[in-house]
Amino acid sequence: MRFTDSLRLGLSSLRAHRLRTLLSVLSIAIGITSVVLLTSIGEGARLYVLGQFTQFGSNMFEIVPGKVETAGLPGVFGGTTRKLSLADAQAIEGVNGVETVLPSVMGQARVEYGGLGRSVTVFGVTSAAPALWRMSVRHGSFLPPGDAQRGRHAVVLGSRLARELFGAEPAVGRLVRVAGARLRVLGVMAPRGRLLGFDMDDTAFLPVSTAMQLFNLDELTEIDVTFRPEVGARRTTEAVRALLRARHDDNEDFTLITQDQMLGVLGSVLDVVSLAVGGIGAGALLVGAVGILTMMWIAVGERTREIGLLRALGARTSQIRSLFLLEATFLAGAGGALGSLAGVGLALIGRRFVPGLPLRITALHVGLALVVSVLTGLAAGVGPAGRAAKLDPVIALRSE
Amino acid sequence: MIELEDIWRTYQLGDTTLHALAGIDETIQDGEHVAIMGPSGSGKSTLLNIIGLLDRPTRGTYRLDGRAVGGLDDDALAAIRRRGIGYVFQSYHLIERLDARGNVELPLILDGVAPRERRGRVEAALEAVGLAERADHRPSELSGGQRQRVAIARATILNPRVILADEPTGNLDSSSGEQVLALLEGFRARGLTLILVTHDPAVARRAERVIILRDGRVVRRMPGRELQDLERALAGE
Repeated sequence: MRFTDSLRLGLSSLRAHRLRTLLSVLSIAIGITSVVLLTSIGEGARLYVLGQFTQFGSNMFEIVPGKVETAGLPGVFGGTTRKLSLADAQAIEGVNGVETVLPSVMGQARVEYGGLGRSVTVFGVTSAAPALWRMSVRHGSFLPPGDAQRGRHAVVLGSRLARELFGAEPAVGRLVRVAGARLRVLGVMAPRGRLLGFDMDDTAFLPVSTAMQLFNLDELTEIDVTFRPEVGARRTTEAVRALLRARHDDNEDFTLITQDQMLGVLGSVLDVVSLAVGGIGAGALLVGAVGILTMMWIAVGERTREIGLLRALGARTSQIRSLFLLEATFLAGAGGALGSLAGVGLALIGRRFVPGLPLRITALHVGLALVVSVLTGLAAGVGPAGRAAKLDPVIALRSE
Repeated sequence: MIELEDIWRTYQLGDTTLHALAGIDETIQDGEHVAIMGPSGSGKSTLLNIIGLLDRPTRGTYRLDGRAVGGLDDDALAAIRRRGIGYVFQSYHLIERLDARGNVELPLILDGVAPRERRGRVEAALEAVGLAERADHRPSELSGGQRQRVAIARATILNPRVILADEPTGNLDSSSGEQVLALLEGFRARGLTLILVTHDPAVARRAERVIILRDGRVVRRMPGRELQDLERALAGE
């Protein structure tokens, strides 16, 4: 039996039940549409988040206080827990291979000028911040380089904060109040957008020592370190780790997070997202598969006589089986094609009307969706087709 | 040649064993015209199904053209059914969603004949049963006699050696029935073996040989014309 003939024979029976055929095609199409949409959202989100993280560059790592990687309480055996201090940061600068060190603290504070005030995120940083965080100054200058202890009464405003407080007026040189302290505005940043969820424009940058004093902090939030690529991430991190251990009474009461680790953690989070998306899609497809299974099961029941006839005319059991499998596969394939089209169409429409929507359609995902739909049809068709093939021709011919 | 040797077909219905066929010994020569008669439940159809390889005997040996078919697998049996045996049913068994042409074409499709070759053969087969004009009609648009003629065209399109007809005129009026019988006998005249199941003596007596079954056994064999004598004798009582 030729493939085209099997297809034609199968199609003739699908045509005979147009509505039913349409409904089972739809049941798969809806599943595939949601799979295509979900995967494009998932892929879009993945690329968005990865883009956010990798903008720092890859020759960087960060140090945060506390030990998060292994269990154990610091100081249980009488050893003192040392805080992550500015002196630590200065010491790291001396390590071979280290390029820049950026100690930082973070807090919320009210920034006031004239009658206006605004609560913003305040970063205590050094002159290294613009280069490391990929920011630039629009007016004036950033915090002066040199000893982190100096430049006590200076502040640099984020673009939005400056606009809110000063409007069109120049802000550089004015005095603002930050958490009660009077600081001179050295500069205003160029708009930067969001960085890891923080609005970098509605912020103020203070010298790290000033910020620690204002917020009454005795510990850094984080130290960012960049190194020269030719020295290698491993050697640099190990050297920094050894230095800090020595400074902290041989206690590893800090955590060193490399870019690779960050991406690794991120990857596993995104994997969970993908898994969830896949699970929802699989559920939708399962519904479609059940639809096809039901439809094929009914079709076999209705066409028992026809199956008996085909057997009497000399059809092999394998021909009967493939006839019904082909029908199921065709239904699912048509549903898959329709669903892919609808999914891609909806994604394009969505992107047009909601520009920020992280949608990313890949040919691979659409292709996979089609393959999966065909496989779904095959899987749903196996039972009914097997039943059709196993029918006793004598009984089948006699059925009404 | 069809050789049946001590053929049994038993069904297990709960505790009781039903013998649909209880030891049939019969030989049917090539080109013979045989009618199988008997009351309902006598095993006529079961016998026809076994001869047609749709059913397997519980016991006994069936040789078709000298070859024992008992050991053949399903695919081999399907191939013999396809090429060697043509079926005609009382209820026609046409597929409603296909037109006459599509129905007649089915055996060719199952046999993998190329589409180009099929067309001419289908036209010829329909022509042979006098329905070339109705090739585009669906079964529901045809009369009973026409439907049965489509079924005969379908049964004979692959030039089988044997035609098996289960009550071919059972649903037809006498003139349509006559047409159908004349067609079948015409094929037989060209060398095909024709085996009919019927309980109409008027159909049976046209056969060369009549086999009468009762309770799964052959109770009588006689030439067709003797059936006529018997009928007349019965009528004369």
